Amino acid sequence: MTDPSVDADAFDTNWLILFGVWLMACAATLGSLFFSEVMDFPPCSLCWYQRIFMYPMVLVLGAGLVPFDGKAIRYALPLAVGGWLTAFYHTLLYEGIIPESAAPCSQGVSCSEDYSELLGFLSIPLLSLLAFTAMVAALLVLYKRLDK
Amino acid sequence: MKKQTVLLLAAVAMLLLFAGGAWWYQNWQAEKASALARENSPTLVPDHAITLGPASARVTIVEFFDPACETCAVFHKHVHDLMAADPQRIRLVLRYAPFHQGSRAVVKILEAARRQDKYWETLELLFASQNHWASHHKAKAELVWPLLSQVGVDVERLRADTNDPALSALVRQDLLDAAKLGIRKTPGFLVNGKPLTSFGLPQLQQLVQSEIDARY
Repeated sequence: MTDPSVDADAFDTNWLILFGVWLMACAATLGSLFFSEVMDFPPCSLCWYQRIFMYPMVLVLGAGLVPFDGKAIRYALPLAVGGWLTAFYHTLLYEGIIPESAAPCSQGVSCSEDYSELLGFLSIPLLSLLAFTAMVAALLVLYKRLDK
Repeated sequence: MKKQTVLLLAAVAMLLLFAGGAWWYQNWQAEKASALARENSPTLVPDHAITLGPASARVTIVEFFDPACETCAVFHKHVHDLMAADPQRIRLVLRYAPFHQGSRAVVKILEAARRQDKYWETLELLFASQNHWASHHKAKAELVWPLLSQVGVDVERLRADTNDPALSALVRQDLLDAAKLGIRKTPGFLVNGKPLTSFGLPQLQQLVQSEIDARY
């Protein structure tokens, strides 16, 4: 077994964590496109803000993977945190914890409109919140590991 | 395996999954739309719907449309061309799906003009002047009124007719039927009760042609 720091092709844990976050960004990006382009759910304005945070991470993290560059975290983390905050707000709105009148909705699509909840409880805003939470957490873990 | 290869394979796999999912979903939706159309075939051509073309025609195109919808304006011309190519065999039934904000008032103007035998002229006018009265996905009926003198309708009478509750009921019925048939976008076409599941002019031409071939 060779030292992973020497072998450029080794799939060390750090690389795999970043790869995992990239996979999540890809899944979320394609998933949101599936909802809007294939299933014809019109994205509300809050969905668009979350997309603005999510989509660039596919490219930023992708670039940080070949070759592995821990600095990618510095660029991806602000996006993930921004997306998480938006998703958190959106989930509160969707679950009715914040009144809808406080929502910055336009273009005729309400941010709290009820779409079929996929697995019974998983709404689209909650899916987004879960994805951003996992991504922020994984990026922070990786940041700590690299900081050592 | 190189990291680049892993990344590339993962990306390709995800894109394939997406494409496959989209293909599967669209087929599933098309099957569902056909089943819905079969179940609800008696609601397709109600007595109140306006029709164009001979009653003896064996191919009936039912079009759910919104006067404020741009694609509907474009397809209105296409449908006319289709019918002009085979005038004895095709009949058009127009139904309403006024999904745009403010569109229902415009539909009522159109139906009131029908009482003065100016339906098709008014429809042409609405589509021709659409970017004037319908912009940013909002229909403004107040911008339609000044144009109506162009088609020679009695505007005062028309105004009175638009208040007739029967017109509201007609629009409600069409919207209800559109919902039953699963029509969420305009224009929505059904040819002899078969829904146009993949939208586009070639697809519509093909569907109409296959019905002509089947019935004649």
